[in-house]
Amino acid sequence: MQETQPSCSTYYQVQVSSRSPELDGSGRDVLAEVRQLPISDVEAVHTSKLYFFRGVLSAEAVQTLAALLLCDPVAEVSTFAAGLTYREDARAAVEVHAKPGVMDPVALSTRQAAMRVLRERFPEARIDEVRTARRYVIVGASSAGDLERIAKQVLANSCIQHAFITGFGRNDELPATFVEPPELPFELRRVKLVDLSDAELEKLSREAHLFLSLKEMQAIRDHFADLDRDPTDLELETLAQTWSEHCVHKTLKSEVEYRGDDFGKPGTTTRHYGNLLKDTIAYATRTLDKDWCLSVFEDNAGVIAFDEEYGLAFKVETHNHPSAIEPYGGAATGIGGCIRDIMGCGLGAKPIASTDIFCFAPPDFDRMHLPKDVLHPRRVMKGVVRGVRDYGNRMGIPTVNGAIYFDERYLGNPLVFCGCAGLIPRNRIAKKAQVGDRIVVAGGRTGRDGIHGATFSSAELTDSHADEFSHAVQIGNAIEEKKLLDAQLIARDHETGCLYSAVTDCGAGGLSSAVGEMGASTGANVDLDSVPLKYAGLRYDEIWISEAQERMVFAVPPENLETFLAIFTAEEVEATVIGTFADDKMLTVRYRRETVGMLDMDFLHEGYPRQRRLANWTQKVKKPAPGGLESPGLLTDRLLLELGEYNTASKEWVIRQYDHEVQGRSVIKPLSGPNAGPSDAAVLRPVYDRVGGVVLGCGLCPEFTRFDPYWMAVFAVDEALRNVICVGGDPKRTAILDNFCWGKTDKPEAMGELVRAAQGAADAAIAFGLPFISGKDSLNNEFALDEDEAKRLGVPARIAIPGTLLISAMSIMEDVEKSVSMDLKSAGNALVVGSSPVDRVGLEAACSLHAQVAELIVAGKVKAAHDISDGGLAVAVAEMCIASGLGASLDVDGVNWDDSLFENLPTSYILEMAESDARRAGLPIVGWVEDSGRLVVKIRGRESINASTARLDEAWRTPLAFEGGR
Amino acid sequence: MAGSVRVMVVRAAGINCDEETMYAWRLAGARSELVHLNQLAENPKMLDDHQIVTFPGGFAYGDDIAAGVIFGQRVADDLSEPLRALVDRGGSLLGICNGFQVLVKAGLLPGGVFGRDAVTVTFNDSAKFEARWVRMSVATDRCIFLHQGDTIAMPVEHAEGKVIVRDDETLERLKSAGMIAVRYVDEGGRTDTYPANPNGSVDGIAGLCDETGRVLGLMPHPDRHFQRTHHPLWTAGAISQSPDGLTMFKRAVAHYC
Repeated sequence: MQETQPSCSTYYQVQVSSRSPELDGSGRDVLAEVRQLPISDVEAVHTSKLYFFRGVLSAEAVQTLAALLLCDPVAEVSTFAAGLTYREDARAAVEVHAKPGVMDPVALSTRQAAMRVLRERFPEARIDEVRTARRYVIVGASSAGDLERIAKQVLANSCIQHAFITGFGRNDELPATFVEPPELPFELRRVKLVDLSDAELEKLSREAHLFLSLKEMQAIRDHFADLDRDPTDLELETLAQTWSEHCVHKTLKSEVEYRGDDFGKPGTTTRHYGNLLKDTIAYATRTLDKDWCLSVFEDNAGVIAFDEEYGLAFKVETHNHPSAIEPYGGAATGIGGCIRDIMGCGLGAKPIASTDIFCFAPPDFDRMHLPKDVLHPRRVMKGVVRGVRDYGNRMGIPTVNGAIYFDERYLGNPLVFCGCAGLIPRNRIAKKAQVGDRIVVAGGRTGRDGIHGATFSSAELTDSHADEFSHAVQIGNAIEEKKLLDAQLIARDHETGCLYSAVTDCGAGGLSSAVGEMGASTGANVDLDSVPLKYAGLRYDEIWISEAQERMVFAVPPENLETFLAIFTAEEVEATVIGTFADDKMLTVRYRRETVGMLDMDFLHEGYPRQRRLANWTQKVKKPAPGGLESPGLLTDRLLLELGEYNTASKEWVIRQYDHEVQGRSVIKPLSGPNAGPSDAAVLRPVYDRVGGVVLGCGLCPEFTRFDPYWMAVFAVDEALRNVICVGGDPKRTAILDNFCWGKTDKPEAMGELVRAAQGAADAAIAFGLPFISGKDSLNNEFALDEDEAKRLGVPARIAIPGTLLISAMSIMEDVEKSVSMDLKSAGNALVVGSSPVDRVGLEAACSLHAQVAELIVAGKVKAAHDISDGGLAVAVAEMCIASGLGASLDVDGVNWDDSLFENLPTSYILEMAESDARRAGLPIVGWVEDSGRLVVKIRGRESINASTARLDEAWRTPLAFEGGR
Repeated sequence: MAGSVRVMVVRAAGINCDEETMYAWRLAGARSELVHLNQLAENPKMLDDHQIVTFPGGFAYGDDIAAGVIFGQRVADDLSEPLRALVDRGGSLLGICNGFQVLVKAGLLPGGVFGRDAVTVTFNDSAKFEARWVRMSVATDRCIFLHQGDTIAMPVEHAEGKVIVRDDETLERLKSAGMIAVRYVDEGGRTDTYPANPNGSVDGIAGLCDETGRVLGLMPHPDRHFQRTHHPLWTAGAISQSPDGLTMFKRAVAHYC
């Protein structure tokens, strides 16, 4: 071992393990999941971290790294060895390594830190590359088959990781050297297109993963026929990305002929939409014409006024397809991408809060009925939560509001909505790239990760997609994005003024979309040789469309370039000039001195053929008539069951894994009261020394889509508004966002659903005075199974999600001290119901109830407020009791209440008020707050529910209280 | 006077509580200044005109390898001498959450006769990140940020906050030297019940100070309790007008006035 300093590259490894099993929480976590499979004979799992080094290193240098950096002297022990394959522990084990080219943030940080540690101690040492892995010793496994199941279903995801298994005769060979991503030689490729027949065009679209329709392929063919040449692969890819459903929302923007049931009233109707989105969602915003809307639909996020000095930006994105395949990476990059939308809004907003809303199949879904290559919903849920947690927490952005909705139809297509709100000076909202500005890409390096994400979102998922599209999945590196944000805000707020004239995020479509968008009205010349790469050998078209994370594109005037780049260097962020904005309205891309793409900006952005769609809809399933108030009798068990429903049960396990207070702005947190009840919405104080607040809430009720998507959408808007009102939001200063997630919409009936939802959302928005400021859609959320497998499992061969519309609301409040939480406050107060279900009383009457409740809250008359949603009045009051530990008695006799206690009622509130205030407000008193610690409900004089708050609490808190954090 | 107390807040890649920490110090009457670790490492003389240096919360360098390690090693290599000199001349260091982890891993806490292998901060017993408010009882009589016997409320928000010691003897020495600054306590005063003790820390240790009482590190966040409306129960009324976090900052400012 004591050789002299070697001069050529060698490999070393350091293995770090917990000093005692009690300190190995990660091992306990894995064990809990192994037992879920179920594999019951495993007794323990011991984890260790492996660090692999390649470089010019001595044994002493590596030992120094182990001692100073890698191994904690109190909690851990380490071993080290030359080479990559030596393992001291020969017990049965699974070892998980990232596949070549997959982002490994720990390896990047370790290399930098290690070089710094060695710099003075071992000046000759050099580290070329670091990689990491995890080793899991499985104690008590009984076969190699068990190890394989554990590897596949708990430890590794084959689309980004390799699992090496040893034990029971199996002995996977560990790699002795670092495997490099494949290197591809440069060769300019043109795609034969001009002479293709329609059938050949369709085949090309499918096989090249372009996901373009025949009409679109024809438009491209005709364009290039006019130019008298075939396109390069890069040009075709650029068009596919830019024209993707993800980027232009062509379905929602299509011309639609609707025929079917009328909207919100009996009878049938026909309606023509020139552009569905413009004539519904955008129409609502135009009609309302609020002067406090500062930027709507045109930027990466919508912006409303907070005060004279600041605006607030808000954006919600989905990241469904990647999260289905790799939940952790998919969700993390989902939140990462939405944060970049806020950074890329105007000249950059500072993110101050995140929201997350998920739709999953139930976590106890029968494993025997799980289709091949579909991840179990429990694993999806836990992975998604970890992804949001690890990215959001590292970014230092509090995750303050969310919801989780469970339905088996989300099995193959979980939905992951990531929202982010940001604070932006009002004089930093306008932006425009100028001719001559340098195109600067900043942040992470470009790799082969995330190729085809934008077009991938147009695909339906099948059981082979995990392999075919694993390159669309990526792992985030939050710290890279945090550094980028720090650097950007310094450049934005520079003493000489903002140092750049425009910025946008590098999201779907990568550089192709970012540069294409920013240069749409000017033109742009890009030199792909300048783009910093993670590793050698990317093809030019890969560099151009890679969706590698944590990158932003800036337009920097030449005179500011030096100062701009110096700031980024000081913040340890790579920023590189890759081209110039031109004045020719052409997008010109060069590589190795050849022009590899030259596209007309107008054709790129406006050349796609508009779609014309037929939409029909007739109601098939009537929403059941209200059940009416229950007969007197024992309803306690019913209430306990309702509280334990996944959609109602406490989400505390999720919420507490998110930092919801970082930045010190929180006023109403996601959990309320001494016992952590479910808050209706979050309140933050955007500027520390001002009293104004911002409220974030959401509405989501896909359970109503099957009856009528029109009312589903109205209810979603209504619920979002109720939620923000409950904590003190001002309905006159509330803006909303739409996120449509649907299955395939190629059939007129499916398109009819979408039309009704869009119309419902618009009608409710207009009636309630809530302008839409931004939105996004995700279609084709369907999962196709192999026919035989579907038969074997006894499930349909095609699973489509229920049409799902998320409405997110952002409301301004004058004074955060007026905020109200949902936990009961004191015995003796009256419980008051305000209920005007919008589908019974109409939009106008519903609106006046919203206004009345909002006024009562701002006037300080309401001590606690909660909306009546899943589980009805009984669950709402139970949650208020649980949150506070207090009790309540309800007696609906003598008041005009004839709904079921368990009915999910739109436009309905339960409020705690002093008796005199309640009487003055003229709202019916249905009960009283008591310090009994019990909830007692009487129906016609007879006690029908009687349960201790502690019992309610247990029923509500336990269903989703998972162990650990894996 | 208060405005003449100068506080440096040190940030680095991944530090994310610098803004609120800066504001809390200003609210407490100090002049706070944000400095990048690289700047400070290049020019440690910047410390000369500051009384207090704060290492705020966050995920420095992603907390990759383990929380606070990379930042801590950097401090140990480049800044431990000037920082010790600052403490020796009467200045103080405050590490909050990630900053506490940094001070421990740099060997500045508990410091003195205790080496880097005496105490560490490691993964929570629950093996996950947890956000919740905790009650702490002030155990030491010598810390300029704290008043012995007080019970104070702040949030913890961390995955690696469990304080462990090499052996029982180390724990006894920390106790007798008054270096256990704050302990998690439940309503009944116990330090070992979950979730009152949110991470399984030995002896309920939520924070440590050095033997001078001028170096303090703690997992809970005083920087998230500088306004009345930060307290999770403020809407229920009966919440003190002087938030416990702000009081901590004010005590330190008063010490230098």
